[in-house]
Amino acid sequence: MTIRISVKVNGTEYARDVEPRLLLIHFIRDELGLTGSHWGCDTSNCGSCVVWLDGKPVKSCTLLAAMADGRAVRTVEGLERDGRLDPVQQGFIECHGLQCGFCTPGMMMTARWLLDQHPDADEARIREAISGQICRCTGYENIVRAIRWAAEHP
Amino acid sequence: MQVPSQVEYERATSVEHALSLLGRPETRALAGGHSLIPMMKLRLAQPELLVDINGLAELAFIAKDGDQLRIGALARHADLLESTIAAEHFPIFRDAERVVADPIVRLWGTVGGSLCQADPSEDLSAAFAAARATAVIKTSDGERTVPVREFHLGPYETVIGRGELLAEIRVPVRTGTGSAYEKVSRRVGDWSVAAAGAVLELRNSNTIQEAGIGLTAVGAEHFVAAEAEDYLRGREASPGNFKQAAEIAAAHCHPAADQRGPEDFKRHLVAELTLRALARAAERAFQ
Repeated sequence: MTIRISVKVNGTEYARDVEPRLLLIHFIRDELGLTGSHWGCDTSNCGSCVVWLDGKPVKSCTLLAAMADGRAVRTVEGLERDGRLDPVQQGFIECHGLQCGFCTPGMMMTARWLLDQHPDADEARIREAISGQICRCTGYENIVRAIRWAAEHP
Repeated sequence: MQVPSQVEYERATSVEHALSLLGRPETRALAGGHSLIPMMKLRLAQPELLVDINGLAELAFIAKDGDQLRIGALARHADLLESTIAAEHFPIFRDAERVVADPIVRLWGTVGGSLCQADPSEDLSAAFAAARATAVIKTSDGERTVPVREFHLGPYETVIGRGELLAEIRVPVRTGTGSAYEKVSRRVGDWSVAAAGAVLELRNSNTIQEAGIGLTAVGAEHFVAAEAEDYLRGREASPGNFKQAAEIAAAHCHPAADQRGPEDFKRHLVAELTLRALARAAERAFQ
C-alpha cells in the first residue's frame, strides 16, 4: 500500500507514491537521489541525517516521509546559493572541519540553523548545538572552529 | 537497515478526527515519533495505523491560566525549555528539559509524547509527578482528568485507552514554591542513570507545607518518593531534614543493576541527587 505525498525539497516540489513506513532519510536519498544527507546510526543518536523540516533541523532517520507531506525540507544540497557556498561550508573548508566527511552534512545543517538563531554563537553554544551529533574523526575541535569561522564571515 | 513494518498512516485534521481514528484497534498517535518510530524499527511496537497529530496546533501551547500552568501535549521539548512562563513558576521543567536527549531531538519530540511513552528512564514523568500535575485526556464523550501520579500503569503503559488522546498537562501554581531537577547520565543526551526532582511549597518562610519528590530510572512507584514526601511535610526546610528525606528516598526506591550501573551506586545517586534537588528547590522558594 502506498500513499501520495508531496514535499518541497530545496525549493523544488516532488510528488511520489511511498509506503507510509518509508523513513524521510530514505525518501531523500533513494527516491530523490539527494545523497548528500547521510544515513548513519538509524537510532537518532549520530545526527548525520539531519535536514531541516519547515525550517528546523530534524533527524530524518526518525521521521516518516509521510510526516513531511506538504512541508518544506532543506538538505545540505540546498546550502549553496547561486553557485556560492554557504559560509558554513566555506568554514569547513577553511578550518579543515572534516576528515572522513560522514557527519559533515548533518553538522553543517545544524550549524546553519544555529547561526540563523544566534549569528555570533560562542564556542559553548556551538558545542551545545552539535551535542546530538557524533564525529569520530575530528574530536570536534575543527568543527567548532569551522562554525566560528562562519559566524565571523557571514 | 532498520525499517518499521507495514503500517497505515492518517493525518488528523482535528482532535475529534484524531479521536475517531484512534478508536480503531492497534492504532497509535504519532507526534514527534522519536520514541515510537525507533520502537517500530525494533518491532517492539507494531501498530497497524499511525495517526499523525502534528497538525493539531490547538494542542501546542504553554500558558498560565489562573492558578494553573497549562502545557499542551504537543508542546515540543524546546518550547518548554525556552518558556519563560514555565520557568518562572516551575524551574524544574527547564532543569529537566535541558537534559532531555539533545537539542535536535528536543525541537521535534513532544511533552505529551514523553509522558505517553512511559519509559521508566524518561525525565518529564518524574518532574510532573513531583509537581503533582494532572493529565487531561480527550475522549469521545468529552474529557477526563487523571493525576500524573496515576497516569502510568507500568513501564510503557498508561491509562490512555483506545479512542483517547492526551491533550494537556495542568500544573497547580502556588506561591512560595521552589523546584529543581538533578540528573546524572553517562554522557550528554543519554538516559538518566538516576535523577531526582523536587518541588517544595514553603509556609511562613521556612516550614514545608507540601513536598513533591520525583525519581527517574530507579523503579520508584509512580515516579515518586512518597515516604520522603511524608517525612518532609510540616517540617522545617533545613539541610538536616533534606538529608534525612534523601536517605528515605534512596531506601524506598527499587533500582535495577544494568549497564548504567549497579544497584548500590544508583541508590547513592538517589540520595545525593534528592538532597541537591531539595536544597536548590528551597533556595529558589526563598528567592
